[in-house]
Amino acid sequence: MSGTHEARGLRSWLLTTDHKRIGLLYFWTAFAFFLVGGLEALVIRLQLAQPEGRLVSAETFNQLFTMHGTTMVFLALMPLSASFFNYIVPLQIGARDVAFPRLNAFSYWVFLLGGLLMNASWFVGPLFDAGMLSVAPNAGWFGYANLTERQFSPGPNIDFWVLGLQILGISSLAAGFNFIVTILNLRAPGMKMMRLPTFTWMTLVTQFLIITAFPVITVALVFLMFDRFFGTQFYVHQAGATPILWQHLFWLFGHPEVYILILPAMGIVSEVLPTFSRKPLFGYTVVVYSGVLIGFMGWGVWSHHMFAVGLGPIADAVFSATTMLIAVPTGVKIFNWIATLWGGDIRGTTALHFAVGFIAMFIIGGLSGVSHASPPADLQQTDTYYVVAHIHYVLFGGTIFGLFAGMYYWWPKMTGRRLGERLGKAHFWLTFIGMNVAFFPMHLSGLLGMPRRIYTYGPDLGPGIAQLNLVSTVGALLVAVATLVFVWNMWRPRRHGEAAGNDPWGGATLEWSIPSPPPVYNFSVIPTVESRLPRWKTEHHAAMRDPPAAPPAPIHVPGGSVWPLVTALGLPVLALAPLAHALWLAFLGAAILLIGIYRWAFEPFEV
Amino acid sequence: MPSRYRLRLIPVALAFWGCAGPFPQSTLHPRSDFARAIDQLFTGIFWWALGVFVIVETILLISVIRFRHREGKPAPKPTHGHTVMEIAWTLAPAVILVFIAVPTVRTIFATARDAPADALKVEVIGHQWWWEYRYPDLGIVTANEMRLPVGKPVQVSITSADVIHSFWVPALGGKRDATPGRISRIAFRADSVGDYSGQCAEFCGESHANMRFRVLVESDSGFAAWVQRERGGPAPQAKGSLAEQGRQLFARSACIACHVVEGVSKGVLGPSLTHVGGRTTIAAGLFPNDSAHFARWIADAPSLKPGARMARMAPPLTEADVAALVAYLRSLQ
Repeated sequence: MSGTHEARGLRSWLLTTDHKRIGLLYFWTAFAFFLVGGLEALVIRLQLAQPEGRLVSAETFNQLFTMHGTTMVFLALMPLSASFFNYIVPLQIGARDVAFPRLNAFSYWVFLLGGLLMNASWFVGPLFDAGMLSVAPNAGWFGYANLTERQFSPGPNIDFWVLGLQILGISSLAAGFNFIVTILNLRAPGMKMMRLPTFTWMTLVTQFLIITAFPVITVALVFLMFDRFFGTQFYVHQAGATPILWQHLFWLFGHPEVYILILPAMGIVSEVLPTFSRKPLFGYTVVVYSGVLIGFMGWGVWSHHMFAVGLGPIADAVFSATTMLIAVPTGVKIFNWIATLWGGDIRGTTALHFAVGFIAMFIIGGLSGVSHASPPADLQQTDTYYVVAHIHYVLFGGTIFGLFAGMYYWWPKMTGRRLGERLGKAHFWLTFIGMNVAFFPMHLSGLLGMPRRIYTYGPDLGPGIAQLNLVSTVGALLVAVATLVFVWNMWRPRRHGEAAGNDPWGGATLEWSIPSPPPVYNFSVIPTVESRLPRWKTEHHAAMRDPPAAPPAPIHVPGGSVWPLVTALGLPVLALAPLAHALWLAFLGAAILLIGIYRWAFEPFEV
Repeated sequence: MPSRYRLRLIPVALAFWGCAGPFPQSTLHPRSDFARAIDQLFTGIFWWALGVFVIVETILLISVIRFRHREGKPAPKPTHGHTVMEIAWTLAPAVILVFIAVPTVRTIFATARDAPADALKVEVIGHQWWWEYRYPDLGIVTANEMRLPVGKPVQVSITSADVIHSFWVPALGGKRDATPGRISRIAFRADSVGDYSGQCAEFCGESHANMRFRVLVESDSGFAAWVQRERGGPAPQAKGSLAEQGRQLFARSACIACHVVEGVSKGVLGPSLTHVGGRTTIAAGLFPNDSAHFARWIADAPSLKPGARMARMAPPLTEADVAALVAYLRSLQ
């Protein structure tokens, strides 16, 4: 992708504060991590294709599933959503940039460096005399204490995880505050809250979840870091504490995190369906309010991850009830999406395929979710492949389908060229079939007794289990082929792609009123918004006139800044200090941070 | 459009479900009151879910087929919403959930009850990566193979000696975490004689996958005979036999640091071996209790169970030593 900015060359990307360029940086980085996480999944599936697989060792397998989960959640899905927050939200609200462009650059660099630090653990074993190349985290993406305590995990593996996640949390928090301020304060004239595009609304809810949930995991991680490095005993039962504290803190973060992952995808689907049905979103206010409600209710359900702990019948009953309740606003959204399609003039673009696929798959994930909301049933299902099926129907069939819908929908806006529709359809059907072949049998293997997170299983688990696993592996390979088709589809239009023009789809929202890719200032004239669907003619409003091609007056665009990058560099240096047991690195990291923040704060406004 | 593939999958799925094929760790073949209560609850939820699935996916399918773009089709009516419909599809899932929530809460409280006071008490202690079982009223300590009498209530107390594990025998009920510093309880009554597979269900480190176990539910007389054997001391070895050499070797070896054999050694870190010969499997349910597997296990446990605390003997044991140890341990019926 290029041509967003007049300036060219590596330096211009390192210094950029343009939300569109940062959006592209997020996209390519997150997509690269998505491929890494996918490769990890493939190795997992190849190992499990038959009983007593010997492709990788137990230790390597444990690292693979830990990093697969951690990578997909923190390094792929969240930042892929963030790439759309960055690129699309300012365009949807009629803004020239985000509220704090340099903070935005800082968020990206912190994300990149945190992700690199975490993945560096694959290759640095020899530095720690580990006896193997890799010292990647190996206690699961949920990192349950007390397994993660130094006593049971003496190597640097968990240190990479604890430090990497804290760094990534800083990135998410900074971006969260930035987007809340952006959406609340930088709306174009007339863009009332209830005229915000649904994607922007869901982005706003997501950011509130991020700024409230990430402090909780940060507390949990700081406790664990102190236990590991400084001899505190927050999770040590011999000292009178309990490792269950970790579970409460982790899931108090972890469940809102699920909504952090799914709400942006729901927002994308709520944009794609109306555009390609030529109909406004059915029940806009209900969809928005149910999104807000899901955001609130997501805080009251965390212990449904802990039914097997044995918290007692009262706690189980209460958390079961709250969890079932959250199915109601979720169901309401699904019905409104279907009602949006109903009576429409549906054009079956690839984006629409993925959006409808999202609904179809998310229904399955939601229904299997109801069976875990019932604690007795969950006691049989939790920590089996049934749950693996559930989360993948929600996060692959849900979030990733939603993100693919967003990619096909907004790619023309971000690059100026369309993705190929024929290849897109091939990508969709291969993905759709592949994911069902991979994940549907997991419901069965789980119910028939296959626990999750096992690097091997015996033939005595039953020949049927082995067959189901083989089928799942074939499905995973299909998804891999589908992803290669998508990569080819992204590569190809660089020369051959059909030019997008301002508005290839006939979209109703502001991002389609400006060129693709947009000029660095976005809008030549900031539009005045008079309806929820400003570019569509409605009963009460004429369609708005798109801003003129050239700005009537020169528009000042701030130049870039190097200080967000410098400041961000301080964080991994700080994290290296405990890993290397080198105090001087801590001082160096702190010095870089302080200098970066100081120079940032006193940077002249006009560059 | 997308749904038709999955609709085809459902009969396939049901075929699997109905199939009684050998699934020794299945949650769908309950053999206790606890497991049956869960199975019944889940069956109800399954049919509700299947109904919702069929209805909603069908409507979705109809809408994308019926309203697909055709040339010359007039612009659709710009409907923005419909209050009555919104209320209807808010209430519909809420009502269905009541039908799931009520039996759920009933089952929660029904299965949370402790067993009667005269129930057989078993204490389960999870270790990396094996299971210790204590029968406090019977004075029995054993490992990896739990024996229970059929039809009698059992009260299981679960804890851990190191990290968090989860005790799970699908045929006999739901899983319960083994958390260090905390005792969790489940109660059930096994209703059929059988050999049921279980496995640790909470990730507990390198060999989590190798932390398996069995529950042998036996007739009253079979169980009584087992109790009799377990309460007796270790079986004696004939003078001059290979097993007797093995006993002497064992008493001089590093084995005694971790393993107890009543009257011979007092180690407590590893499983009790007093009656190890009487178990059907070794190494936490990984291998059948035969001489070949036993020999490989004694010679080099970590190669069979990565990370196993039982180290490779240094200097390595001779084949003759291993054979003697195997003969001794297998004689401890």
